[in-house]
Amino acid sequence: MTRVLSYLQAVGEALRQEMQHDPSVVVFGEDNIGGTGCDGRLGNAWGPTQGLHEHFPDRVFDTPITEAAFVGAAVGAAATGLRPVADLLFVDFAGVCFDQILNQAAKLRYMTAGKARVPLVLRAMYGAGMRRGAQHSQVLYPIFAHVPGLKVVLPATPADAKGLMAAAIRDDDPVIFFEHKMLYFSHGEVPEPPYVVPLGQARIARPGRDCTIVALGRMVAEAEKAADVLAAEGIECEVVDPRTISPLDIETIYDSVRRTGHLVVADEATPRCGVAGDIAALVAEHAFHALRGPVRTVTAPHAPVPFTPALEDAYTPGADQIVTAVRATIPAFAGQERAS
Amino acid sequence: MPDHPRPDRAELIDIYRTMRTIREFEERVHTEFPGGEIPGAVHLYAGQEAVATGVCTVLTGDDYIASTHRGHGHAIAKGCDVTAMMLEIYGRAGGLCGGKGGSMHIADFGRGMLGANGVAAGGVPLSCGSALSAKVRGTDQVSVAFVGDGGANQGAFAESLVLAAVWQLPIVFVVEDNGYAQATGTRFHLGGKDIAPRAEALGIPAAVVDGYDVLAVREAAAGAVQRARSGGGPTLLDCKAHRFFGHMEGWDQQAYRAEGEVDRLRAEQDCLQLFAIRALEDEWLTTAEIAEIDAAVRALIDHAVEEAKSAKDPDISELLTDVYVTY
Ligand SMILES: Cc1ncc(C[n+]2csc(CCOP(=O)(O)OP(=O)(O)O)c2C)c(N)n1
Ligand SMILES: [Mg+2]
Repeated sequence: MTRVLSYLQAVGEALRQEMQHDPSVVVFGEDNIGGTGCDGRLGNAWGPTQGLHEHFPDRVFDTPITEAAFVGAAVGAAATGLRPVADLLFVDFAGVCFDQILNQAAKLRYMTAGKARVPLVLRAMYGAGMRRGAQHSQVLYPIFAHVPGLKVVLPATPADAKGLMAAAIRDDDPVIFFEHKMLYFSHGEVPEPPYVVPLGQARIARPGRDCTIVALGRMVAEAEKAADVLAAEGIECEVVDPRTISPLDIETIYDSVRRTGHLVVADEATPRCGVAGDIAALVAEHAFHALRGPVRTVTAPHAPVPFTPALEDAYTPGADQIVTAVRATIPAFAGQERAS
Repeated sequence: MPDHPRPDRAELIDIYRTMRTIREFEERVHTEFPGGEIPGAVHLYAGQEAVATGVCTVLTGDDYIASTHRGHGHAIAKGCDVTAMMLEIYGRAGGLCGGKGGSMHIADFGRGMLGANGVAAGGVPLSCGSALSAKVRGTDQVSVAFVGDGGANQGAFAESLVLAAVWQLPIVFVVEDNGYAQATGTRFHLGGKDIAPRAEALGIPAAVVDGYDVLAVREAAAGAVQRARSGGGPTLLDCKAHRFFGHMEGWDQQAYRAEGEVDRLRAEQDCLQLFAIRALEDEWLTTAEIAEIDAAVRALIDHAVEEAKSAKDPDISELLTDVYVTY
């Protein structure tokens, strides 16, 4: 019997099951219960924490708008016996608590030669598409992946959202858990019993022999659409979803490129100093001889995310650009396209 | 009343027109929103008009304000063009920010409106900056930082109070305590009843102000602005106000509010109603004058919505303008 959940429900189920399984797991953020201190009913929370406080009234908390304090408190609590899951809401708000992430959470284990561990999950909603404008739509995972001491997770499917959240909570290091706001209401099959998707294991979302498309987060579904279009033209793409970018399962990417000889990386982030460029560079350095065409990257432009739908839609990369990039990286096909 | 004159009749009419314009604008955005043409996140200011209006009526065109995510009222009170604002909210070409900002980022630097802000208390340090700028340039411009009760819990706000006190900046911090930060009540999130003592602890004069009464706000703001303008440094006004709509359009069922709370507020704590009753009693305005203003405001907002609905989308080439560097 298959069971279908939304991405949002899948994250919520992982939270509930992990709290059940481990009494040291606590969950907090702004309106994670929703309505505390008010006269009406509680429960204005939306998102994965909805209803959670009914199961665990002593382990789910609302916070004041104090990210520097509560994210820092999550670090301190993690270092002293709890497994906090703190909610940043929009990843853009990391701006007001970056010290606690960058200098505290990321550094404690190393600076103490392993005497301290920080089993913390920081939930962060990201991505363009909801017309939220430049301060609520960023795709900031490259910034976090840049920092040694942080793990960075970006599930693309409901099943992975559940398994990766469980893995993130059980992990002994700080994990930044990126939830794409436009994937929240995407649906997929999700097994009911608790399970873990290990951090650092890529998934072959679709096998193919002609071109590897490494796609991140929301771009996985776009790459699959592109692969359908290209399959109709006789190009079989292999779609690789790294699932976590720190650690990054680069071996699966090398293996795939060794089989296909071609690489396109699709990443919704801005292009400079990002993950797409990093993967391209790693492949150029370590699997150069496998390449039979130039590596192409598909990213957002180097610009903030615009508000208006007309511009935001033009901003966000998608299947069309991936199709174009694949054609451009396969020389025979690029020629064919020119001829047609 | 101390150092400033009572508002004359012209100012009283202006105050009423401004409050009515904000209310009409917000009520209209609320009714248009479910139609689906307004994109994104919209936070309405209805119920709190007395705060923006009472403060901005004592500012000059050259003074600065920095606003919040709930910024339409501040923008209107500072004199922003309502049609250009509506175009911006609809994301159209000709919007106040070319459609690139939206409701949460409406700004008009030409009118001293330094922007609504998507980040809680994000604008408060900017106000310290515009205050420093005026001080260094030797002008008598005053800066006002609006912030919500929830935003006032941010480190950026606490640090701004310290900086303003130490640098003796010409700034007024206006806290709008509407009882809620999203769905969480001040009773739970504030750690105390008022924000005012936080400023007092730093030697900044502060007052709790009835944000339901535009003339009380005006009087408090006039004193604070005069202090700032004459080199007396910062002031904090802790204005208690009421939010009529949910936190955000299209999202908030308000289950966390008491049964009938909003209806009671609209019936008993409506700053526009209070002002209109007084205006009639004290004969500042006649019923006919009020009706005339209301009709003119309605026509203005009708026009703004029509313009916004029929305007074009921004040109795609706008995507990469104003980025400093593109690749
Ligand atoms: C730093 C930061 N954290 C969280 C948010 C999300 N958020 C937007 S508005 C809001 C509540 C703000 O409450 P308050 O300051 O009282 O303003 P009000 O909405 O009542 O006008 C929150 C939590 C944000 N915008 N910025
Ligand atoms: Mg509030």
